[in-house]
Amino acid sequence: MSEAVSSPPARQSGPGRALRRLLREPLGVFAILLVALVVFGAIFADLLTQYDPTRINPRERFSPPGADHLLGTDQLGRDLFARVLHGGRIALYVALVSTAISLAIGIVLGLIAGYGPRWLDNLMILVFDAVKSFPTVMLALALVTLVGPSLTAVMVVVILVNVPGYARIIRTQTIALKTSEFVTAAQSMGASSARILRVHVLPNVIGPLVILASMDIPVVIAIEAGMSFLGLGVRPPTPSWGSILNDGFSNIRETAWIAVAGGLPIIVTTLGFTFLGETLRDVLDPRLKGRG
Amino acid sequence: MLNYALKRLGLAVVIVSLAMLMLFCMIYLIPGDPASVALGPRATEAMREALRIKMGLDQPVWMQFWNFYIGAWSGDLGKEVLSSRPVLTVVLEQLPFTLALIAGGISWSVALGIPLGCWAAVKRGSLADRVVGILSVAVIAVPSFVIAIYALLIFAVALRWLPAIGAGEPGNPGDQILHLILPSLAVGLGWVGYIARMVRASMLEVLEASHIRTARAFGLPERQITYRYALSIAILPTVTLLGVGIGQMLSSAVFAEIVFARPGVGKLVYDAILTRNFPVVTGAVLVTTVLFVLLNLIADLIVGALDPRVRSSF
Repeated sequence: MSEAVSSPPARQSGPGRALRRLLREPLGVFAILLVALVVFGAIFADLLTQYDPTRINPRERFSPPGADHLLGTDQLGRDLFARVLHGGRIALYVALVSTAISLAIGIVLGLIAGYGPRWLDNLMILVFDAVKSFPTVMLALALVTLVGPSLTAVMVVVILVNVPGYARIIRTQTIALKTSEFVTAAQSMGASSARILRVHVLPNVIGPLVILASMDIPVVIAIEAGMSFLGLGVRPPTPSWGSILNDGFSNIRETAWIAVAGGLPIIVTTLGFTFLGETLRDVLDPRLKGRG
Repeated sequence: MLNYALKRLGLAVVIVSLAMLMLFCMIYLIPGDPASVALGPRATEAMREALRIKMGLDQPVWMQFWNFYIGAWSGDLGKEVLSSRPVLTVVLEQLPFTLALIAGGISWSVALGIPLGCWAAVKRGSLADRVVGILSVAVIAVPSFVIAIYALLIFAVALRWLPAIGAGEPGNPGDQILHLILPSLAVGLGWVGYIARMVRASMLEVLEASHIRTARAFGLPERQITYRYALSIAILPTVTLLGVGIGQMLSSAVFAEIVFARPGVGKLVYDAILTRNFPVVTGAVLVTTVLFVLLNLIADLIVGALDPRVRSSF
């Protein structure tokens, strides 16, 4: 029966064509290079350096950048290049996992709010607005006071920050589709709500959301680094860009390179992902322009 | 308009109430007894019990929430753990420093963002336009705490042009402004990008409008058309953007206050967490949340007053 009442095709934009158009934009190429650099460094961290990111070596503390230590060492003599590479793993792990979880929760809540009864929709919108009314850092500070600093706390903050926005986008589009002819037709043929949402609504609302979510990746990385900088994220000695930046901040009068080493990967990653997202959005879906 | 304002105000009250409920749930329903959290691991059971009764934790949950809720609306956010001063007083003492920081951030973002956006719009499609576009995205993307650390490193530690620590001598405005320059740059730089993009987009729109064409037809100098007739209209949307911006600058302000060791609400919360001064954390989070909701309310009311379409769609 789904052949009889098929939903209009979700926007077909071949990945190959999009990639070719992306490669024609100089900024897109630059962005891909930056992102590839970070991903490559994180994946092959063990091969790119022979240093253990957590091994303390007091005799080599505060060694300046050079042939032995590419980015120098920190106040405990740990190799900063190794710490930056391994910190990339934490950053990408948090970004991917928590964005995926936020997307899943946001989609389900958005579909419920958009397709469910009016009172439930109103209530959910109210709760979303209330969650959004906490400034992000204040939310993070309040939460960590209770559960203690950990990677999980970082992810919970990210999910709380992201879900209301995603759910709202899905909700708005679901409401727009709810009265469309192909949904009415499916309803008249006795399709269940779950089936309508899964087969007819979801494929039509998910595309723009995935683009917007990928544009949030730099924000998520910033939240992880920011919380680790404040000592609210990963626990020492696990390397994180934020905690390296914090080591640099504590020793800023003695040495500059620790702070530089902590900040540089954050700048490279956020710029890379942001430029990539901006160019991708313009290439794939010009309608979203100006919404990031 | 009055109808709209009342509805919008009602919504703000409901949102703040819900935020209070969430904050309350976070404190009381998540595992971990606030009395033990406040006293630390070395407290005896008797000390914990005494504090529990003092904090009203022996009452039923709904009663505790009601007390918290009524107290919060009347300005009673509890007492500080150590000095027993009212939390509201403590928070309000620090608030002016944070507001000054945010005002500084707005000054940076307006002073740089409006001319850049206007310039990009006038030179549409040129290299300058493209560079401003990329720079805008770049300053939005880079987190404010990285900007704060690098600004501290470059201008305070390496070049020694500007002071690194504190808010300046009380009663010495010159010194205070000097201490405000770097932290407010860290808070406001990202918003330079937002405002430049916004002004550019709305300038392009306005430059197409018929009254600008009329002005051109009258042969007015291009400079006068751009700045006097187009820009004055094109900067209006910036006002509402700033309403949202101030709220987000609150988050950046926390980092700027910690990096530059400035007094302020952010530093207060951070220190309170380190010293387990629990009521201060809740109180400060609540005050900033109310501030955030209030600023969004004001921004919405301004838009509503300017644009009847917003009022009717509410």
